[in-house]
Amino acid sequence: MESATAVRKNKRRFTSRLKKQLPSIAFLSPFTIFFVMFTIVPILAAIVLSFTYFNMVSAPTFVGFDNYIRLFFNDDVFLIALRNTAIFAMITGPISYILSFFVAWLINEFNRTVRTILTLIFYLPSLAGNVYFVWTYIFSGDSYGFLNSILMRLGMIFGPVQWLTDTKYMMAVVIVVILWLSLGTGFLSFVAGLQSLNRELFEAAAIDGLPNRFAELWYITLPQMGPQLLFGAVMQISTSFAIGYECMNLTGFPSTDYATQTLVLHILDFGQVRYEMGYACAIAVILFAIMLLMWKVINKVLSKWL
Amino acid sequence: METATVKTPQKREKRYHRVILSRSKSGTFLIFLFLFLIGAFMVLPLVYVLVTAFKPLNEILAYPPKFFVRHPTLSNFRDLIEITQETWVPFERSLFNSMMLAILGTFIYIIIASLAAYPLAKNKSKWVYIYYQVVVLAILFRPEVTRTPLYIIISRLGLINTYWSLLLPVLAGSFGVFLMRQFMMTIPDEMIEAARIDGASEFTIFWKLIMPAVKPAWMTLTIFTFKDLWNTGETQYIYEETLKTLTAVMQSISSAGIARAGAGAVVALIMMIPPVVVFIISQSSVMETMATSGIKG
Repeated sequence: MESATAVRKNKRRFTSRLKKQLPSIAFLSPFTIFFVMFTIVPILAAIVLSFTYFNMVSAPTFVGFDNYIRLFFNDDVFLIALRNTAIFAMITGPISYILSFFVAWLINEFNRTVRTILTLIFYLPSLAGNVYFVWTYIFSGDSYGFLNSILMRLGMIFGPVQWLTDTKYMMAVVIVVILWLSLGTGFLSFVAGLQSLNRELFEAAAIDGLPNRFAELWYITLPQMGPQLLFGAVMQISTSFAIGYECMNLTGFPSTDYATQTLVLHILDFGQVRYEMGYACAIAVILFAIMLLMWKVINKVLSKWL
Repeated sequence: METATVKTPQKREKRYHRVILSRSKSGTFLIFLFLFLIGAFMVLPLVYVLVTAFKPLNEILAYPPKFFVRHPTLSNFRDLIEITQETWVPFERSLFNSMMLAILGTFIYIIIASLAAYPLAKNKSKWVYIYYQVVVLAILFRPEVTRTPLYIIISRLGLINTYWSLLLPVLAGSFGVFLMRQFMMTIPDEMIEAARIDGASEFTIFWKLIMPAVKPAWMTLTIFTFKDLWNTGETQYIYEETLKTLTAVMQSISSAGIARAGAGAVVALIMMIPPVVVFIISQSSVMETMATSGIKG
């Protein structure tokens, strides 16, 4: 008897609690439908499908770890893609991140109008989106190419260089373009964050005799920028590991000797060109795992340090 | 730290300039030189687009190539319309497609993102906090990265070759929800409590109180969402010519090489203008919103 009333009481408490949450559930539901269907499900589906052979025509068949074994032992291009993704992430990631912060820090002292104009100038390439393809005219491989004609006139090269198809230069060219695009959302966050810092601290520190600006940056500015720096890190990881379409639009797909193949392009190659979905999903899972791991590490380091 | 200082940037700025650490002349020179070089690197390719759009064919094909235009002309604009008329769909059609997609999509996303952000910011329950953590984590995975599994789902739903295939990945993005939530955190809880005591429904609070207060955040979402949608249009999802967007047109033209550089520059210019205009209009809102964008570790 007693337990039955207890159960009923519990149930009532649960329903009343649920009722309290109903408005929140209602507010969240439209977004949640899209979010689950087109962000969460794709990630989970990739994990499941990575253990199958699936060509979109017949039903997926379970193949165990075959896809992963093939990736690491039987697919040289995957190893190239992995290496290139790592190079892009390790070179352009930190440079973009530090450059974003450094430029934001430098323009922070200008007055509002100048700062606004400079912010717009530095953010323009990211804002312009797909317009980065103009670099194909600049790096064009014939002597009409802008860079080639300048270098030839200066006598630094004697014939046109095939910037976009010569495997020696392709990675470097893409890195230049990625750096051109590097002052993005993280940069805006840094500019805005620096403006909203506690001014009293700076005044107090200046009066107390901070030796120079770098000391100010290190002891006063950076410790207050923690949340912005974390946000910038999320954005940086999400862009640096997603590099691929830039390579495709600049150096072609597939590029010469797969010199600029990245994981994203390798997924595209198997997924939307060869329809080996299971295999493509296995590559995607590797990419997800690397990104998550990267975020965990950076999150830990930044949180501890700040 | 997230709450204060948002409303009065100008006042605070004036005070800041009173105490400033001194800097050597050479330091100032180096800073200006550095900013100038980076700025030139950022802007010159875009200036190149601008001048190339107005170059006549003989200047585009001139050897050695000249950076600036000598005899500006509108012939590239005419060419673009002619080329697209002959080989693809009329240019106005793809311009219209891109515009509609970007404007409608931005509108829908701002509504659903704001709706979702309100409980994420103001409901202190544990499940909501967990949801928020998932939202932050999901920022890592852009549509570029989830493309192939996304493609499977979209094609299973029979949405290939409809605008839903371009729209849905953007509507599913968690970045805007995150930004909106961070900004809503700055609204004092007391205001909402007072409205609740006055008997306002949750929806009234959201619509009459929250939405007007977060205007800077939806201006900010406008620029980010508009920019993303304005640049989508992969041929994988849309193959029907009449449905193609500007991005697809730009890809076709740019693959034609230097001979079509003039027309390509015109498309690039047209692609550049709307996001830049929207950004200039909304830039002070963007700064206000981004000041709240930090993630607590």
